[in-house]
Amino acid sequence: MTVIPVSGLAVGGRAAGRAAPASGPKRKRRLGLGAPVTYGWMLGPGLLLAFWTIGSATGFIDPRTLPAPWVALHTGLELIQQGRLQEHLAISAFRAGQGLVWGVSIGVVVALLSGLTLLGGYLIDGVVQLKRAIPTLALIPLFILWFGIGEGMKVIVISLSVFIPIYVHTHNALRAIEMKHVELAETLGLSPMAFVRHVVLPGALPGFMLGLRFGVMGAWLALVVVEQLNATSGIGYMINLARTYAQSDVILLGLVVYAILGVSSDAAVRLLERKVLSYRRTLAK
Amino acid sequence: MTPTVSIRNLVRRFTLKGVLNGIDLDIQRGEFVALLGRSGSGKSTLLRALADLDREATGSGEIIVPAKISVVFQDARLLPWKRVLDNVVLGLDGADARRRGERALAEVELAGREASWPYELSGGEQQRVALARSLVREPELLLADEPFGALDALTRIRMHVLFRKLSAAHDPAILLVTHDVDEAVELADRVVVLDDGKIAADLAIDLPASGEERRLRVATLRRQLLTSLGVENLIDGAPALHAV
Repeated sequence: MTVIPVSGLAVGGRAAGRAAPASGPKRKRRLGLGAPVTYGWMLGPGLLLAFWTIGSATGFIDPRTLPAPWVALHTGLELIQQGRLQEHLAISAFRAGQGLVWGVSIGVVVALLSGLTLLGGYLIDGVVQLKRAIPTLALIPLFILWFGIGEGMKVIVISLSVFIPIYVHTHNALRAIEMKHVELAETLGLSPMAFVRHVVLPGALPGFMLGLRFGVMGAWLALVVVEQLNATSGIGYMINLARTYAQSDVILLGLVVYAILGVSSDAAVRLLERKVLSYRRTLAK
Repeated sequence: MTPTVSIRNLVRRFTLKGVLNGIDLDIQRGEFVALLGRSGSGKSTLLRALADLDREATGSGEIIVPAKISVVFQDARLLPWKRVLDNVVLGLDGADARRRGERALAEVELAGREASWPYELSGGEQQRVALARSLVREPELLLADEPFGALDALTRIRMHVLFRKLSAAHDPAILLVTHDVDEAVELADRVVVLDDGKIAADLAIDLPASGEERRLRVATLRRQLLTSLGVENLIDGAPALHAV
């Protein structure tokens, strides 16, 4: 007779009355995702890197289409030795950082004004929803007329790209506070200030964190576009220049840097999210 | 003696559900009243009217309630982003608020769990935190809306014992909404039956301390209450019918 690993009363109760099925040890099917594997997320990117390496080594990938990984690595080291990569990277990161700080600050303040007061909502929300219908990048020609082609315009475009997701998700979360928590606050006699501080703001925090993730991604996206516009520094400028001289390895390096920046900043936000929202127990730990 | 709660000719109507058709009810200081009724009888509507939570209602009548009211809901309604002690003392100020909160937690037998997150507690423990949160405010009136309804039978028995102990120690006037006849008879000094938005019965629970006499009295009360709830024909010989 086969022994069934019993995990649960229902299974045990049934097995007692009936002969166990002879088809080998059966495992109880678990819903949900199962135990996470450390660094499991690297599987997909790792396979892609392996394909690239093997394809370049065997000549399956034409070096004019895509240079080999070691060529890109060599170019990267060279540019680092010359100090050019760090310089461009620092300038790009500074632009994105400025846009992020402005976009998050203004987004949060405006979302609070709009989310916590009826009049604020009537004044602000419609305008922002209108703006949402126009992609920020489509506004660049107008911004160039208004603000010129200098750093100011670049930071404004990035800020706006961050502002929208921060505002939308924070405002949405502020307005979605559960009625049962409102009732609780009323029966506990909380003042409006205490209600906002202890119930509304912590309740809206998950929404803000979601907005922050979209905002960070938006910052990099806007950075890529504005750095192609008459820039004389930054990763985007480096890529544009390389295009002029047909240096596909430098273009590739620029793209890799963008990818690393995007992934690492998203990981930083997710880490922050896990710290800030540690009270939650979710499916994907 | 002036009653703690006084309700005169209370009428409430909702567009969706819950109706009260002229309720008159007094609750004395320290009195434990169980409000019994079927689903839709208006018992929760009455409790929400007393708690001033019926913002969507239209109606008339007069309600006099004390200033310090605490509410225990069917769900524990803890804020998930606050630790247990912070949930208990939410909205309290004063230098000794946290010490009072710790004492309240000890009273509900949760000393040592001050720094836990709500999700780390069982359903019964969460409801005990909610009880501590209510009692730490020293209410003159405690409104409880089926507070044991979501708990399993064993946890419910333990909660009954604890609830009786705490109500004796703090002695607020209590209005306990329930649909459980045995719970009402066991806990309350007085049971009010609500049917179709009106008071259908109002019985004092004057039980002898123990013995055969008590058993008979409980049986009589159960039959009376079940009759006023309109289910007496269904229960011949049934030893304990909980849900009505």
